[in-house]
Amino acid sequence: MIDIGLGHYLTLGAIIFTIGIVGIFLNRKNVIVILMSIELILLAVNINLVSFSIFLNDLTGQIFTLFILTVAAAEAAIGLAIIVVYYRNSGTIRVEEIDKLKG
Amino acid sequence: MIAHAIFFYIFAFVAIVAAIMVTVSKNTVHSVFFLILDFISVSCLFIMIGAEFLGMMMLIVYVGAVAVLFLFVVMMLNVAQQNNQLINLNKNFTHIPVGLIISLIIFFELIIVIGGWKFKPDLVTSVSLLIDQNNTNTHSIGQVLYTDYIHVFQLSGMILLVAMIGAIVLTFRHRSGLKRQSYFKQISRERIDAVELIDTESNKGVKIDD
Repeated sequence: MIDIGLGHYLTLGAIIFTIGIVGIFLNRKNVIVILMSIELILLAVNINLVSFSIFLNDLTGQIFTLFILTVAAAEAAIGLAIIVVYYRNSGTIRVEEIDKLKG
Repeated sequence: MIAHAIFFYIFAFVAIVAAIMVTVSKNTVHSVFFLILDFISVSCLFIMIGAEFLGMMMLIVYVGAVAVLFLFVVMMLNVAQQNNQLINLNKNFTHIPVGLIISLIIFFELIIVIGGWKFKPDLVTSVSLLIDQNNTNTHSIGQVLYTDYIHVFQLSGMILLVAMIGAIVLTFRHRSGLKRQSYFKQISRERIDAVELIDTESNKGVKIDD
């Protein structure tokens, strides 16, 4: 318990990842919370990569985390733009009322 | 060692509680604030285990840009005070057990992966980029990022450019009543459209139809 190793960080990453997945599945609210859950999932992936990088003494994981950060920022910008356009057109972003595709 | 453990447990607890609160809190603005708290505690963890550059980068990119973007959109769309129920019991709620089962399966798979890692530590022995302990974290990342990974670096710049153009194109609204400057019309205008030469007879003048 006292000796913090790789397993602790990986468990933290797994817990946050699962909370993100639960947030996507159980969400009946607006789409913005789903986007935030996606950010949580990317954060968990970043935790895994950084902890492996530190404990294996290999720098590649940190480099890759930088690129994941870039892609996460781009994805948030595009997703929020789509949400703004959808709200402007239909007046709502509640998940259960977005059913134009009849999925 | 014991200080490391104490700080790890504090930050991990805060991160997990904040992550739960992001998904269950009723007000969307509160969710954004808990997202910020989550990012801050995880970046504290990164700084603690020796990835200072990434921790600071998380603070700048996530808290400074992404979370503020979320806040802007939440305020702009006026969805903060909507009736946000996590579980709507009036509707069919078959998705809840399915979601919980799938999440639990994913969680146990991740735990199994960690266990396999513990029992087979020589699974990955090929270290390609050894961390030089004499340099700082930022120094060593910079040495690699601009040499070995320069193409990937420029590609991520292209991704950001495409995202920026996409966001502008998506949210750009063309208003019809507004008088705008049209560069194309200005440049393609010629002399024959604007000026007309008329032979005038003396003592008669030119009749202007108005």
